[in-house]
Amino acid sequence: MRVHAQRAGALLGGLMFPAWSMADWTLNMTPGVTGTSNEIFSLHMTILWICVVIGVVVFGVMFWSIFAHRKSQGAKPANFHENTLVEILWTIIPFVILVVMAIPATATLVDMYDTTESEVDIKVTGYQWKWQYEYINEDFGYFSNLSTPRDQIENRQAKGENYLLEVDNPLVIPVGKKVRFLLTANDVIHSWWVPDFGVKKDAIPGFINETWTRVDEPGIYRGQCTELCGKDHGFMPVVVEAVPEEEYNAWVAEKKEAAERERQLTQKDWTMAELMERGEKAYQTACAACHQADGSGAPPAFPALKGSPIATQDMAAHIDIVVNGKSGTSMQAFGNQLSEVDLAAVITYERNAWGNNTGEMVTPKEIFDYKNQQ
Amino acid sequence: MAVTGVFMSAVADTHAQDHHHGPAKGISRWLLTTNHKDIGTMYLIFSFAMFLLGGTMAMVIRAELFQPGLQIVQPEFFNQMTTMHGLIMVFGAVMPAFVGLANWMLPLMIGAPDMALPRMNNWSFWLLPCAFLILVSTLFMEGGAPNFGWTFYAPLSTTYGPPSTTFFIFAVHIMGISSIMGAINVIATILNLRAPGMTLMKMPLFVWTWLITAFLLIAVMPVLAGVVTMMLMDINFGTSFFDASGGGDPVLFQHVFWFFGHPEVYIMILPAFGAVSHIIPAFSRKPLFGYASMVYAVGAIALLSFVVWAHHMFTVGIPIVGQLFFMYATMLIAVPTGVKVFNWVATMFRGSLTFEAPMLFAVAFVILFTIGGFSGLMLAIAPADFQYHDTYFVVAHFHYVLVPGAIFGIFASAYFWLPKWTGHMYDETLAKTHFWLSFIGMNLAFFPMHFLGLAGMPRRIPDYALQFADFNMVSSVGAFMFGATQLLFLLIVVKCIKGGKEAPAKPWDGAEGLEWTVSSPAPYHTFATPPEVK
Repeated sequence: MRVHAQRAGALLGGLMFPAWSMADWTLNMTPGVTGTSNEIFSLHMTILWICVVIGVVVFGVMFWSIFAHRKSQGAKPANFHENTLVEILWTIIPFVILVVMAIPATATLVDMYDTTESEVDIKVTGYQWKWQYEYINEDFGYFSNLSTPRDQIENRQAKGENYLLEVDNPLVIPVGKKVRFLLTANDVIHSWWVPDFGVKKDAIPGFINETWTRVDEPGIYRGQCTELCGKDHGFMPVVVEAVPEEEYNAWVAEKKEAAERERQLTQKDWTMAELMERGEKAYQTACAACHQADGSGAPPAFPALKGSPIATQDMAAHIDIVVNGKSGTSMQAFGNQLSEVDLAAVITYERNAWGNNTGEMVTPKEIFDYKNQQ
Repeated sequence: MAVTGVFMSAVADTHAQDHHHGPAKGISRWLLTTNHKDIGTMYLIFSFAMFLLGGTMAMVIRAELFQPGLQIVQPEFFNQMTTMHGLIMVFGAVMPAFVGLANWMLPLMIGAPDMALPRMNNWSFWLLPCAFLILVSTLFMEGGAPNFGWTFYAPLSTTYGPPSTTFFIFAVHIMGISSIMGAINVIATILNLRAPGMTLMKMPLFVWTWLITAFLLIAVMPVLAGVVTMMLMDINFGTSFFDASGGGDPVLFQHVFWFFGHPEVYIMILPAFGAVSHIIPAFSRKPLFGYASMVYAVGAIALLSFVVWAHHMFTVGIPIVGQLFFMYATMLIAVPTGVKVFNWVATMFRGSLTFEAPMLFAVAFVILFTIGGFSGLMLAIAPADFQYHDTYFVVAHFHYVLVPGAIFGIFASAYFWLPKWTGHMYDETLAKTHFWLSFIGMNLAFFPMHFLGLAGMPRRIPDYALQFADFNMVSSVGAFMFGATQLLFLLIVVKCIKGGKEAPAKPWDGAEGLEWTVSSPAPYHTFATPPEVK
C-alpha cells in the first residue's frame, strides 16, 4: 500500500509540478561549444550592451522629464523646437554605431558561409516529423525519431529529464573535424537547429542548403525543428552526439555492417508472426503519428486504416500507396524511407491488425521485386 | 454635362442635409451610411470585436502553454489557433482600427466635410465583416481552419494545407480589396480636400503618416493578392509555383510574401507614430520638437521597408551577398526610427507634463516600442539571427512592437479623441486602471519570451522541454491578466457613450488642430464650409 501511495505521489508530483523539479530561469543565449557559436554569442552581447547603453541614455532623459518637468511640480513649458545641430548629431551617431557593429557581423557571416574543406559530409533530410541522416561518403543512413513516450506528453507519466529533446537514433559526429551538412526536405520546409553549435538552416524541398560545424567538446547536444512543419512540428528534436574520432570510426564500421545485415534480411524467408512483430514496431515509428496506434487515424487529413478499403482489399494498391505515397496529400512515399523488410512488415501488420484480419502477408522479397519493376 | 449634373446634385444634397437631416433612423443608418463618422465608428467597433476574438485565441494558446505536456488542445487545433490569432489580429483588429481612426479624424483634421469617396467608404467597410465571416467559418469546416501560421509558407499551406485553405484565400482577397479601397479613399481625401492654406508641410502628423501608409497599402496589398492567387492556382488548378516536385520554388513564396509582409509591419505602426506625435505635445504643453524631421523619418522608413524583406529569411540560404545587403539595409532602419524616438523624448524634455490616460499610453508606447526596436536591431545582425530566428525571441520582438506599439497607440488615440466622439469625458480612474493593468500584464506576458527564445525555445510549438516551464507559466499569467483587462476598456467606452462629464470642444489644454475647433460631440456634419488655415 505504502509503495503504491509513494508511487502515486511521485507521479502526481511529476504531473502537476514538472516545472519545479527540473526548472531553470536561464536568461541568456548559450555561448555554445563551437567557434561560430562563440562568435555569435559575442556579437549578441555587443549589440545587447549597445542597446542597453542607448536605452539608459534615452530613457534617462525621458524619466528625468517625467519627474522634473511635471505640471504638478509647477513646471512651465519651454517653447523650443527644431535644432539642426542636434538633429544632425542624432542621425550621424547611430549611423556610426551601426557601421561599427556591421564590421564584426560581416566577418562572422563570411566565416559561417565557408563550407569548403569539410572532412565529413552528412545529408540531413527533413520529413514530417523526423530527420533522416545519410553519411554520404560511407553509404549508410538512418532516421531519427522522437523517443519521448506518448504517455509523458499526455501527462499519464512523469516527464523525463530530456522531455521532447530525446531521439531513438542521434546523429553522431567526430570531434575536432569540420562536418558539412547538406540540408533538404522531403515534404514541407523544416529547419535544423542545434543552439550549442550556432547552426540553424532551413531544409527546403527541391533545394540543398549547406552549413557546417566543428565541435571540439565531446557531448550530447540537443535542438529542435524551428520551422512550422505541421501537426508534430514541436515533436521532432535534433540530438547530436559528438564523440572522439576512434569511437566515431568504430561506430561507422558497426553501422555499415548493420546496413549490410539489413540488406541480407530481405532474402530471408519470413513467417507471418515475425512480420507482424516487426511490423508493429515499424508502424509505431513510421505511421502512428498520423494514422494513430490503433489505426483510427484523424480524418479527414489522416484517414483511418482500421477497416479501410486500402488495408483490407486490393494488396497491390496498398503496396503502391505505402511505397509511392499519394501526391497532393500528407501521405509520403515510404519506398526510400523504410527497408524492404520494414515495408513488408508494416503492410502485413496493417492488413492484419485491429480486426483487419485479411490473413494476407507480403514478403520482403516481393517488395524488393516490386520496387525493381518500377 | 451629365457628370456636372451629378456633382451639382451631390452638392445640393449636402446642403440640404446640413440644415435638415441628422443620421437616418434604425439599421439603415449603419448599412447605407456614407458618413465618415458613422463608418469610422463601425470600423472601430468591428476592430474591437476582432481584438476580443483574436485575444480569446491567444488565451487558448497561453492556456495550453501554461505547463509542459498537452492538456487542453491537440497540436492540430493549437496550430489553427496560432494561425487565426495572427490573421485576425493583423487584418481584423489592428488595420481596421487605424482605418476607423482615419475615417473619424482625417476629415476633422484637414477641415473636410467627409471622405472624398463616401460610397466606396461604405463598401470597403462592409466587405470586412464578410471577409471575416468566411475566415472564421473555416474553424467549423471539415479539416479545420488554416493551420500553417499567419505567414502561410508554401508548401505547408498548398500541397499540405487543409481543404479550408481556398476559403482563407478568398477571405484574404476580400480584405485586400477593402484595404486598397480604403487607401485610395485616404489618398484622395488628403490630396484634394484639405482646407485652404493647409499646405502639405502644415498637415498634422497623423495625416502625414496615414498618407504614407495608404501608399504602402496600395503598393503591397496587390502583392499579397498575387501570392494567394498563386496558392489558389497551385491548390486547385494544377500549377506548380511553389511545388518543387513540379519545378516550382518554395522560397519564391517567401520572397513574395515578405515583399508584402515587411511594409505591412509599417502599415500597422506608422499611423500610431502619427497619433502619438499629437498626444505627446498635447500633454507636454510644448510643440513637437522636429515636425519636418518626423515627416522625413516616416518617409525614409516607408522607402526602406521595401528593401529589407529578406531579413525574415536569413536562414533559407540566400547567397552571402544578398544576406549582407539585407542586413545593412535593415540596420539602416534604426536611424530614422531613432530620429522619431529622440524627437518624442525631446518634446517631453522641459515640457509641463500631465499623465492622463492618452499620455500614459503614449509614453508606454515610446518606451516599449523602443525595446521592440532594440530587439529588432539585434535580429538585424544576420549571424546572430541564425540563433534568434523562429524562436520566442522573435515572438517577443514583434509583440513588443505590435502590442505596445500598434495597440497602445490605438488606445492612446481612443482616449485622446473619445471626448470629441461622444461629447463626454471618459472615467479617468478606470482608464488609468486599464492602463496599469495592461502595462503590467503585457510586460509579464512578453518580456519572459525574450529569455525563452534565447534559451532555445522555438515558436509555434504546442509543448516544450522542461527548462522552458517557468517562464512560460509567468508569460501565461501575464497574458491572462492583459486579456481580462481589455474587457475594462469595453466598460469604459460604453460608460463614456452613455454619459459622463460634458466634454468641451477642446478638452485637453495643450492640444492643437482643427478637430478641436468643432463642438463635442462632433456634429454629424462638420466643415460644410472649409476653415481657413494660416
